[in-house]
Amino acid sequence: MHRTAGGTFNGGSDPLIIRDYYEIEYRHSYAQDSPFFTGIAQGKLLGTECKRCIFRFATPRLHCNRCGRRTRWFELPLEGNIHTFTTCYQAGELFRNETPFSLILVEFKGADTLFLSRLVGPEPGTIRIGMAVTARFVTPPQFRITDVYFVPVHRSTRGNRVPRASLTKNEL
Amino acid sequence: MIAGGITKFKKAHPDKDYRLLVKEAFDFALADVPRLKREQIDGSVGSYFSDHFTRQLQAASMVQDYLGLCPRPSRRVEGGGATGGLCLQSAWEAVASGRMSICLAFGFETMSRVNTWKGNDFIALASDTNFDYPLGGFYTAYYAMMITRHMHEFGTTREQMAMVSVKNHRNAIYNPYAQKPSRLTVEDVRNSPMVATPITLLDICTMSDGAAVAILADEAAAEAVCDRPVAITGIGAGTDTMRLADRPREKVPLLPNERAGDYRKLKYPGVHSCRGGRVAARQAYRMAGLSDPVEELDFVELHDAYTSSEIQTYEDLGLCRYGEGGRFVEEGNPFMPGIDYGLTGANGRFPLTKVGTLPVNPSGGLLACGHSIGATGLMQSVFAFWQLQGRIKNHLGSASLQVKNPKRGLIHSHAGTGTYITVTIMEKT
Repeated sequence: MHRTAGGTFNGGSDPLIIRDYYEIEYRHSYAQDSPFFTGIAQGKLLGTECKRCIFRFATPRLHCNRCGRRTRWFELPLEGNIHTFTTCYQAGELFRNETPFSLILVEFKGADTLFLSRLVGPEPGTIRIGMAVTARFVTPPQFRITDVYFVPVHRSTRGNRVPRASLTKNEL
Repeated sequence: MIAGGITKFKKAHPDKDYRLLVKEAFDFALADVPRLKREQIDGSVGSYFSDHFTRQLQAASMVQDYLGLCPRPSRRVEGGGATGGLCLQSAWEAVASGRMSICLAFGFETMSRVNTWKGNDFIALASDTNFDYPLGGFYTAYYAMMITRHMHEFGTTREQMAMVSVKNHRNAIYNPYAQKPSRLTVEDVRNSPMVATPITLLDICTMSDGAAVAILADEAAAEAVCDRPVAITGIGAGTDTMRLADRPREKVPLLPNERAGDYRKLKYPGVHSCRGGRVAARQAYRMAGLSDPVEELDFVELHDAYTSSEIQTYEDLGLCRYGEGGRFVEEGNPFMPGIDYGLTGANGRFPLTKVGTLPVNPSGGLLACGHSIGATGLMQSVFAFWQLQGRIKNHLGSASLQVKNPKRGLIHSHAGTGTYITVTIMEKT
């Protein structure tokens, strides 16, 4: 086998297969979605609202997809309920070391669409549709969608809502 | 459609690049219509999903060149998993508009050039990269959330999903072009490794290397070169929001065989159904003049990237009402008559009382043929073409998958979580 900076040559093989690498640094702009990402860095969940359609997007878009007009930002509640969920035991290449992890679509009172996030805490198999969840935020922020995640809301015996303790980035 | 050609779908074809795979499929098609000369082909539409897999941009130009079709017109179309279906419809448009008399549709994907997890990553890049992709980079998770909600709304079960896997893998035993024919039981599917709850490894199609082509012609050209052309009588396409989170919860767009009263309480499509598929089916049925798809179709080849999506698609296409997809498979409707699936009798506990009402994925579908993305929708057209010509035995070496005297079939191609969907109706002439 012959190695060079450009790859590996498996001598004598037919067909000839080489290893090839490809790396790119993007200057990715969140552009019109930026207020949402600066929002989660400050512990806020921002949605957008179309005043004309009276429609609230829990995952923001700067223009309404129903009438085409510009929407306005509004602050979502931090508590919602699980609309649907899954627990992943496999994932794409970049996320395989994070398995198992659970994904949920969250529904909020007063919003017409949902929000995709990770659910942290409950054992796989104990997650249920309708379960109350509350948002937590990663500090320091990484300016990615994973800066927000959800944990179950547990009711104390007095009926007060007690969210589970916050987790650090490493526990996600 | 006057000819079709395919390569075997395989995990890897290291000895052939995408140009040679398409060339093989193209020569296969040409051999099927000896009266057609290559010079008569006016142009082409090429399709492949991802430049990441090929690491060659304008790879469809490389194919056009390799096939010796330069300097005739060509273009590439891309639309995620529906790439092949869109390609076929683009070629149809070229002919229907009169721009071309004969048009080649070719599609391919060589997915083996990266490992499976990188491949999953590339596929997941076809989801919103700000809001969705960074949470897991994994399409199976999106489908898992869809079917979890489907189960919640309608009571669909994991066993019903597993029956789809048993059916399609067993059909593929009679299809030498299929990548993964298997004799499975419901337990095998349920006990295979969990990927994203409730979807296991055997609920999911595999990535493939492969190519497929379809040659379309106007009526005069078709009659001149082909003894048994197949007519394309209905075309439909639809879309939906890229993010599952953004799906509305409104009223169901009804098919001719449905009434508003069927769905009084259903919030649609939510994340349990694919509005784009329903819209596509409605257009295609209207164009082909169909009012009752189960009565008027003889078979369906649909995009079963997951067992769950086959169940969802029964409903989108109106093969049963929304909510009845699980029961549709449990009753046996989409199974092929004459094939032993091991589900009934001494070893089985499923009665399958309505076997063969409307066979779905007699080829084995994506689950068992494999999913060579840019080729898949065209592969479906080739199997449908052979079905309608009554030539399954000639091409597959066995008549087990030949639907009896089919007059009309439907093919369905699907991208994302339903972001592009095509439905095409094909008929015997």
